[in-house]
Amino acid sequence: MNHVLLSIMRKEFRHIRRDPQTLAIILAWPVIMLFLFGYAITMEMRQIDTAIVDLDHSPQSRAFIERVTSTDFFNVTAVDIPYNEYEKVLMERKARCILVIPQDFARKLQKNPRTKIQLIIDASDPNAANYISKYFSQIAAQYNFAHNRIDFIPFTMESRLLFNPDLKSQYFFVPGLIAVILLLISALLTSIAIVREKELGTMEQILVSPVRHYQIIIGKAIPYTVIGFIDAIIILAVGHFWFKVPIEGGLLLLLGTMIIYIFTGLSFGLLVSTITTSQRVAMMAALVSTILPTIMLSGFIFPVDSMPVIFQYVSKIIPATHFLEIIRGIMLKGVGFGELKTQIGYLALIAFVLNAISIRKFKTNLEP
Amino acid sequence: MTENNYAVTAENLTRKFGSFTAVDKVSFAVKKGEVFGFLGANGAGKTTTIRMLCGLLQPTSGQATVAGYNVYTQYEQIKMNIGYMSQRFSLYEDLTVRENIEFYAGVYGLKRKQIKQKTEELLTYLKLWDQADMLTVSLPLGWKQRMALSTALLHDPDIIFLDEPTSGVDPDSRRNFWLLIYELADKGKTVFVTTHFMDEAEYCHRLSIMRDGKIVELDEPQRLKQKYHADTMQEVFLNVVNEGGSDK
Amino acid sequence: MAESNTNPILINNLQKSYGAVRAVRGVSFEVQEGEIFGLIGPDGAGKTTIIRIVVSLLAADSGEVLFKGRSVGEHIQFVRTNVGYMPQRFSLYQDLTVRENLDFFGDLFKVPLDVQRQRREELYAFSKLGPFENRRAGQLSGGMKQKLALSCMLMHEPDVILLDEPTYGVDPVSRSEFWDILKKLAERGTTILVTTAYMDEAHLCDRVGLMFDGQLLALDTPSALLKQFDKPLFLVESSRPHETYTALKNADFKGEYNLFGNGVHISAGKDFSRNKLIKLLEENRIEYKSIRPVQPGLEDLFLELQRTAAS
Repeated sequence: MNHVLLSIMRKEFRHIRRDPQTLAIILAWPVIMLFLFGYAITMEMRQIDTAIVDLDHSPQSRAFIERVTSTDFFNVTAVDIPYNEYEKVLMERKARCILVIPQDFARKLQKNPRTKIQLIIDASDPNAANYISKYFSQIAAQYNFAHNRIDFIPFTMESRLLFNPDLKSQYFFVPGLIAVILLLISALLTSIAIVREKELGTMEQILVSPVRHYQIIIGKAIPYTVIGFIDAIIILAVGHFWFKVPIEGGLLLLLGTMIIYIFTGLSFGLLVSTITTSQRVAMMAALVSTILPTIMLSGFIFPVDSMPVIFQYVSKIIPATHFLEIIRGIMLKGVGFGELKTQIGYLALIAFVLNAISIRKFKTNLEP
Repeated sequence: MTENNYAVTAENLTRKFGSFTAVDKVSFAVKKGEVFGFLGANGAGKTTTIRMLCGLLQPTSGQATVAGYNVYTQYEQIKMNIGYMSQRFSLYEDLTVRENIEFYAGVYGLKRKQIKQKTEELLTYLKLWDQADMLTVSLPLGWKQRMALSTALLHDPDIIFLDEPTSGVDPDSRRNFWLLIYELADKGKTVFVTTHFMDEAEYCHRLSIMRDGKIVELDEPQRLKQKYHADTMQEVFLNVVNEGGSDK
Repeated sequence: MAESNTNPILINNLQKSYGAVRAVRGVSFEVQEGEIFGLIGPDGAGKTTIIRIVVSLLAADSGEVLFKGRSVGEHIQFVRTNVGYMPQRFSLYQDLTVRENLDFFGDLFKVPLDVQRQRREELYAFSKLGPFENRRAGQLSGGMKQKLALSCMLMHEPDVILLDEPTYGVDPVSRSEFWDILKKLAERGTTILVTTAYMDEAHLCDRVGLMFDGQLLALDTPSALLKQFDKPLFLVESSRPHETYTALKNADFKGEYNLFGNGVHISAGKDFSRNKLIKLLEENRIEYKSIRPVQPGLEDLFLELQRTAAS
């Protein structure tokens, strides 16, 4: 291997080793983030504050309410409030939804099973409103099933949940977080690497030597790839052993794709590094340009398919989009290399393009 | 001679860092209105001495007063009575000339009306009215230097510490700068200059040369030159510093 | 390497601007083999720009710049392989040791390892840095850092070196040690182009170019330069030189006079008369110790040239 390249890499490793504080932050930070996100962000809702108004007071209405209150989803905070206070209860956030069972519920039910009950939901948080409505529909369906027998209903829809049968949100989030954290770390690390030498003035001395710009860039990228990979293994271990996220597919394939992904992130960081002139700007640029698109547009939270078409195209150039498909595929579905060829290809292409731009943009002189 | 004639006094001033004695029983007195040069090789103890005088470091033993205040206890008063200008000219290059002056006036707690008045005074004094709203970065070095000095004088201190004030400035600007310094000295201000550059040292009324934590020479530049039969202060300095430095 | 009559560095009518700022305006000089050539002038004179153009970090707007007979703009890789360059406010990797810094620059210039070992020992002997081999650069004194920076750049044994204000902010003892090293290098045939803002370093150079405001004001050996100052020079010795100076100014004294640490230097032009001067001093009750002729220094010459250039 190229001797100059080795020398640059050795120097970078020394810088890393001589600065144990930064190294500690780099290694601890992902774990801290994983725990924060892993526990703080969950999409499931529990203990939803609920008001119940039973105008019927029949055995049937009580049976229905019994079903509602026996689940963990609802927490009854108000009972039988008068009609004119419904709005007030919602406004004061005493309850996020009000279940109203009409006066003639039992009577109508005997005549015709297709009777109605009323559900008023505070939809200022549409996501939550959606969940509440779904939970109630399920309870209503179960009630129907239990009380009215099947013969009244033409068919029921039975969903089977694959890959994440318990609908645990960690299964969804941990792989996503790995994607976000790895990109962030690798982009951030390298974005500072070159700018720091510009600020120190050492870059000037290196430039006036026969060293080639690709040697500087690659010599800096490789050490940080190693650090990024160590980070990746730490997060993966925490995700698997602590959050119990399964790894259905091949571990080797997963690690291999991680390296490609880290390299993509590093390439992005290097690009930032070559076009900025101060560490401060480089850091801000790396943060803003990785976190936001990765969280918003990659499918980390919002499915790419439901985005406006233009954003769907944008998501294609975000490395995390492809890596998310890869990592969720491997961890949750046990998908193999064959199914992931396209995504891996995209990642490699993005890395290649970024590196090509970096090497082109890298200035080997001091012209302004 | 009463205490009052002296701006700075030090008697057996000593500072140790662990077992290392950075400043070793240093004694001197600087008169009001004197331009006092403070020379020495790197690590000779200049910086430590000045930090003690500015109230940034506590002496291990010995006595010192600055503007009549005790360095052990009255460092807050000392800070109000000293000005400091470094070779790096602590000006904000991305602010305009006016903004820099206003900022430093604000730092020293001047009221808004005083700030306005001081700013105008300074701009007139420095003849910088035409450049008042230009970014400081675009000023020639000699002007920056005078401006840096002026901002160090905004709170009207009695004692001014200058750290390599004219390095890199052209000979003409350097002379204008020293005329300003002498003007201040004539007004009774005491000027403390540290420098590595001997042509600057020649302008001081008296010079002290430190070696290994001790003051080994303290006299007027001309007399030092005579004593060492030297043409330049550079020769004097090398003589003085190398005399005891056979370990080099 | 190239034809025997080519000097290591040749600069002809060099121009360089940054936007509206004309940093270098038509500078020409040659650096001859084995000499120490000093570019002397204040900050902003254009010294750094010239050095950076010679080492190929900046491109000239116009003019000719030859390094060992080859055009710098067209032979960037050749220049970078063969030149030794120590940038202004030299900085090393503070977190690497003396040894690690040296090794890194040796590797960068593809110096074979056995040659590196030999060079290192030689440089340790030169710089006396051997005992500090395992100390981190950040913990060295200013003078030692400066020597380490020089050593790093000498690892590949360049025979042409450019140093941009290497003695900035370093104490006089370390400075004189540093100049001793430069002298030894020159004796061994190394060509040195060095910049400094300090006039008192001029006599240490073989030839000197005085720079101000992007122009070369004068160029010669230090002793020949002083001969350019052809008028007699008098010192009005005074214990309060600024008062003497201000008094002369207030008395509207005609002629060139400058403030110095020990009095005022007066250059005696055509219509200078010593008696007139004494009369003027006494009429205005200006205090002075003596009036005596003095040898002009480089500072006297620079002041004169600077004012001529400015007007």
